[in-house]
Amino acid sequence: MSSETNKILTTDGIPLEESLKKAEKKNKIKAFLLVAPLLLFLIITYVFPIGDMLFRSVDDRMVTNMLPKTFKAMEKWDGKELPDEKVFEAFYFDYKKLVEEKTFGKLATQLNYEKNGFKSILKKLKRKMKKFEEGNYKEQIMGVHKRWANVEYWRALKRRTPAYTYSKYLKGVDMYENEDGKIVQVPEDRRVHKILWVRTIEVAFFVTVLCFLMAYPIAHLLATLPMKYSNLLMICVLLPFWTSLLVRTASWMILLQQQGIVNDFFVWIGLVSDDNRPEMMYNKTGTYVAMTQILLPFMVLPLYSVMKTISPSLMRAGKSLGGTPFVAFWKVYFPLTIPGIGAGCLLVFILAIGYYITPALVGGASGTLISNQIAYHMKSTLDWSFASAMGLMLLTGVLVIYWIYNKLVGVDNIKLG
Amino acid sequence: MALPKYTEPHYRIWHYFYLTICTFVFFFLIAPLFVIFPLSFNAEEFLVFSDGMKRLDPDAFSLRWYQDMVYGTKNPWGLAAKNSFIIAIFATLGSVLLGTVAALGLSSRHMPYKGIIMATLISPMIVPLIISGVAIFFFMAKVGLAATHTGIILAHIVLGTPFVVITVTATLSGFDHSVTRAASSLGSDPVNTFMKITLPLILPGVISGGLFAFVTSFDEVVVVLFLAGLDNTTIPIQMWTGLREQLSPTILAVATCLIVLSTLILVTAELLRRRSERIRGINR
Repeated sequence: MSSETNKILTTDGIPLEESLKKAEKKNKIKAFLLVAPLLLFLIITYVFPIGDMLFRSVDDRMVTNMLPKTFKAMEKWDGKELPDEKVFEAFYFDYKKLVEEKTFGKLATQLNYEKNGFKSILKKLKRKMKKFEEGNYKEQIMGVHKRWANVEYWRALKRRTPAYTYSKYLKGVDMYENEDGKIVQVPEDRRVHKILWVRTIEVAFFVTVLCFLMAYPIAHLLATLPMKYSNLLMICVLLPFWTSLLVRTASWMILLQQQGIVNDFFVWIGLVSDDNRPEMMYNKTGTYVAMTQILLPFMVLPLYSVMKTISPSLMRAGKSLGGTPFVAFWKVYFPLTIPGIGAGCLLVFILAIGYYITPALVGGASGTLISNQIAYHMKSTLDWSFASAMGLMLLTGVLVIYWIYNKLVGVDNIKLG
Repeated sequence: MALPKYTEPHYRIWHYFYLTICTFVFFFLIAPLFVIFPLSFNAEEFLVFSDGMKRLDPDAFSLRWYQDMVYGTKNPWGLAAKNSFIIAIFATLGSVLLGTVAALGLSSRHMPYKGIIMATLISPMIVPLIISGVAIFFFMAKVGLAATHTGIILAHIVLGTPFVVITVTATLSGFDHSVTRAASSLGSDPVNTFMKITLPLILPGVISGGLFAFVTSFDEVVVVLFLAGLDNTTIPIQMWTGLREQLSPTILAVATCLIVLSTLILVTAELLRRRSERIRGINR
C-alpha cells in the first residue's frame, strides 16, 4: 500500500496538498505586498530616524576627530598629575588647526557640556595663541589662564577620548563618571532630571487615576441609558475629543487665570477672599486639571465599548440571587469591565507620560514634564545628543507599556470614536 | 433612568448621587469649550467677562476680533490657514492611500507576522509626539526637507496612517469576503473588484480614517514646531505662539472657528459610523 497512489491530484496532476501550499504562499506574498509600501515608508521616515537618534545619543566622534593628536598623546597619561609637554604641544597644534578652519566654536560648546568654564578659556587661548613662540607650549598655555594649569580640565578632556559614550544617559538620571571612572550622583542641588522623571510619572499616574474615577460613572451611564439620550450625551465626550488640543488648552488658560471664572466662582461661594485669589495656572494644578479633561475621552471610549457588551440581565440575575445592588455590581459588573479599565488606563498613561503642549502652556516651572526638557535641549541649549538620550529613555518606558498593552488588549482592538 | 417604585431610600439617594457625579463630569468635559464663544465676541481687549457682557448690553459685544482675524494688519492667520489646509489635505490623501492598502493586506488571514507589523504601523500613534518630532526632524534635516511643505506633509502622513489603518481594519473585520470571491468568479480582475465591490463597502471606514488623519494633521503642533520655517507656519503654530506670548481675543475668534469646524467633523464622523454599521449589518 503506497500512499503515493492515494494522493488527491488537481486537474493539472499536481498533488492537492502541494497546490494548496503554493496558493497559500501566493496569498501570503500578496498580503505582504499590500502592506509593504506603508511599512517601507514608515521604516525610512520613522523607524530608521529613531535608530539614528540612538546613534546620535551615544556618538562622540566629533570631539575625537577634532583633537586626534591630543588624544593620541594622552594615551600614556595616567590622569593624576598635569600632562606633560607632549600633550600640550599636540593640543596646541590640534587647536591651531581648528582655529584656522574656524570650527573651534563647536569644540568649545562640546567641552563646556563636559565641564563648565571650558568655553571662556578656549576663547582666551585663541586670542593669545597668535603670539605664541615655538617650543615649551606647556608654559605658554598655562600662562594664558590659570584653569589651564588645573588638572581637572585635562581630565575632562580625556573623558571625551572614546568615540562612543553613554555619558548623556548618565546625565539624564543625574549621574556622571567622576575622575576615578566611578559612576556617582551629581551634587544634590543639581539633580534636576530626577525630579522631572518622578514628576512625569507622578502626573501621568494621578491623571490616569482621575480620568478613571471620572470616566467610569459616565461610561456606565452612557452604556445603560436608552439610545436616544446616550447619543446626545456621547456628543459631550466626542466634541472635546475632536476639538483642537490648543483650543482646549486655551479655554483652560481663560478659566484658570487669576481673574478667571473658576476663581470668580470660588470668591462668590466664599471659598477664598477676593484679594487672595489662588494661582491655579502655571503650576501643577493647571497641568492636572487641563490634562485630565483633555485625556478623559480616551478613558471613556474604551470603557464604554466594553460596558456596552455587558448584558443588563447579568445584574438582574445577581440581584435576584440575593445580592444587594452593591454586591451585584462589585461581584458581577465590575469584573466584566476590567478589560476596558486596562485598555483605558494604559492608553491614558501612555499619552500622559509624553505630554508636551499642555504642560508647556499651563504648567509653569513646577508643572513641566520630561517632554518639555527634551524640547528645551532641542531648541535652546542645542545639546541634541542629550535630547536624543532623554527621548530614548522616555521611549523605552513607553514601549514597555505599549508591549503590555499589546499583550493584554491587542493593538488591533483599539477603538476610535 | 427612572427608578422602580420599590427602591429603598438609601439606594434612591445613591442613585441621585451617581447622577449628580455624572452631570458634574459631563459639565467638566464640555463647559470649557463654551467659555470661548462669548469671550470671542468681547468688545474689550480683556479675557474676562466685562460688566457690560454680564448685563447682556449689546454694546459690550462686537465682531472686532473676527475682523482682526481676517483683515488685521501683519496678520499671520491667512497664510497659516492656507498652509494648514494644504498640508492637511495632502497628508490625508497620503495617509488614506497608504493606510487603506496596508489595511487590506493586514486583514487578510494569510498575512505573515501580523502582530509585529501591526504594532509597528500603529506605533506613531503611541510614541510620544516629542520623540517623533525629534526623530523626524533629524531625518528631514538630513535629506534637506526641513522647513518645506513636503517635509511636514510626509511627517503628517507618518502620524496619520495609524488612524486609517485602525478604522479600515475595523471596517474590514466585519467584511463578507464571499462577495469579492463572487466577483472574481464572475471574471472581474482584482483592481476592478476592489473599485466596484470592496471600496464602496469599506468607504465609510476609509472616510472616517481620513477624517482622523485630517484632524491629526490640522491640529498637530509638536512636529511642526521642529520642522516649520517662517513660510510653513500653520494655524496651530500661530495659536501656540499666541498662547505663549499673549493671549489675545483674536486667538479666541480663531478657536471659535476651529470648534465650529470640529463640530462639523464630529457630525460627519458620527453619520459615517452609523452608515458603516448599517452596511455591515450591525444592529445596536
